[in-house]
Amino acid sequence: MLRPRVSVAAAEASLGEGLRQRWRLGEKLIEGWIFLAGLVAIVVLLGIVALLLREGLPIFSHTAPWEFFFGTKWYPVSEPPTFGILSFFVATLMVTIVATAISVPIGVGCAACLAEVASSRIRETVKPVIELLAGIPSVVMGFIGLLLLSPLVQSMFRLNTGLCGLTAGIMLSLMSLPIIVSVSEDALRAVPDEFRQAAFALGATKWEVIRHVSIPAALSGISAAIMLGVGRAVGETMTVLMVAGGALAVPIFPTEPMMPMTAAIASGVGNAVRGGLQYQALFAIGLLLFSMTLAVNLIADMVLERQKRKFAR
Amino acid sequence: MRTNLTRRKWLILLATVLLVAAVALTGCGGAPANEGGLPGSFKIIGSNTVEPLSVVWAEEFMKMHPEVSIAVSGPGSGVGIANLIDGTADVAQTSREMKSTEIDQARAKGVNPYEIQVASDALAVVVHPSNPVSELTIAQLSAIFTDHITNWNEVGGNDAPIVVLSRDTNSGTHVFFKEHVVQMLGLPTEDKRLEYGPKVLFLPSTKEAVDEVAKNQNAIFYPGLGYVTDEVKPLAIKQTADDLGVLPSVETALAGTYPIARPLLYYTNGEPTGVIKAFIDYCLSAEGQAKVAEVGYVPLE
Repeated sequence: MLRPRVSVAAAEASLGEGLRQRWRLGEKLIEGWIFLAGLVAIVVLLGIVALLLREGLPIFSHTAPWEFFFGTKWYPVSEPPTFGILSFFVATLMVTIVATAISVPIGVGCAACLAEVASSRIRETVKPVIELLAGIPSVVMGFIGLLLLSPLVQSMFRLNTGLCGLTAGIMLSLMSLPIIVSVSEDALRAVPDEFRQAAFALGATKWEVIRHVSIPAALSGISAAIMLGVGRAVGETMTVLMVAGGALAVPIFPTEPMMPMTAAIASGVGNAVRGGLQYQALFAIGLLLFSMTLAVNLIADMVLERQKRKFAR
Repeated sequence: MRTNLTRRKWLILLATVLLVAAVALTGCGGAPANEGGLPGSFKIIGSNTVEPLSVVWAEEFMKMHPEVSIAVSGPGSGVGIANLIDGTADVAQTSREMKSTEIDQARAKGVNPYEIQVASDALAVVVHPSNPVSELTIAQLSAIFTDHITNWNEVGGNDAPIVVLSRDTNSGTHVFFKEHVVQMLGLPTEDKRLEYGPKVLFLPSTKEAVDEVAKNQNAIFYPGLGYVTDEVKPLAIKQTADDLGVLPSVETALAGTYPIARPLLYYTNGEPTGVIKAFIDYCLSAEGQAKVAEVGYVPLE
């Protein structure tokens, strides 16, 4: 800490009065710029919320909230149109549950392996590769699901069609996997080494250390990782639009074709004239979706904050 | 102090330049594309079905007039109409006529939709090549797409569930097929209350649905003639059980014997002028209409 201070002092002494003033001005400018940037983010967020509310809420004067959220009929281009989104909501839940059920055990296991078992050289190569998976565009994941996974799912479960919630859930699990692995691994590595050493000193095996020391200690971070993964799965659009099948019936099994909320918005938004009933209904779905992802992200944030405080030293 | 003053001057200058640039840029967005002379650019947005045709026409037209640039995209007829109403498309390409509610919405925004038929299309009903069913009546199709017939053996096929595929609500094909087949427009059995059944799969693109039929032995779908490939089998369609089955083709659609045919339309805001008029004149010329059959649709004459 001492060295930079000395060099700054030396530099200041050697600089003229004008230069120092120029520095201060520059600093003020940068401060102002950063403040503005932060402000923009907040203004945009508030703007989006306001827009969703303004465009979405008027639908409830046409369709009562009860009918809107629990109705099972969605005929936006008929005369008169009907808007019931229960099947979309159930489809989103189902696809997300499938995705979570697959990605959590694999993701947490992978993170534990990377953080606790693998040598640092393996970790340094494998982790970036897994994180690369997050960079695959969702339309490419959709194509993979369409061409490779859906025929496989169809023949494996003897279904009428491979375009179903299960296929979508599996593709989504691949997309939330990198987030879960990356964040859980960070959480596991943040567990102080003294914990492990103490356990080893008591004669615990590696498995026992992972199972009873590292994972419980990092649990809040791992839950946050899971939440972030769930958030990704809930909000993903292109992949589910392409592979989930898009049927309007309320799904009972994940192996049925279904239309999650994001797909419903995407497949109707182009057709909706600004300010029309369908437009309002789609915005109302967006509002529900936004509240869901916001809740998931808030919970994740709170849990992460707890983890940080736990190990703050 | 002097340095401070110069600095402030510079800052003011910078701020002014930024402000002017911002104003100029927003101004650009609102200015209409050059519609006077031939050099210019315009956007055609709309039907997934008309898109391949518009693309061929646009390419040929741009070859003849290198100074013109035409952007074509095909997210769906409804999207094109919504864009025309909002003023973000110069031409809406559609595979269905504008609804009266849409025309009202357009008028309310000061847009005056002008309709031009540029070609016709026949909707084929396709199944997997291994499917023994070779013809269906409109009433049977309606029952299939409303989930009243759910097994192929009810229409003379194998004992297998029917996987019904449809386009999503963005598509003009969705609306056209609903009115003319599901609701049986013009038949004595017409029923405006009929809707696609809840088990129907709504897919985002025609190509994707045709690919699914090629893979799935029990699937049925209704692509435009231009999308029919060798990997799927088109069915002969009977208006009623007493009529003869007619296979979809350019000839049968031109002769008017194939029952599921529809116009392909361009909509502009008011009568087209300038470069858009030149383009549409080309589309309607003998040269342009020759391209229609090449792409797989039905020319006007």
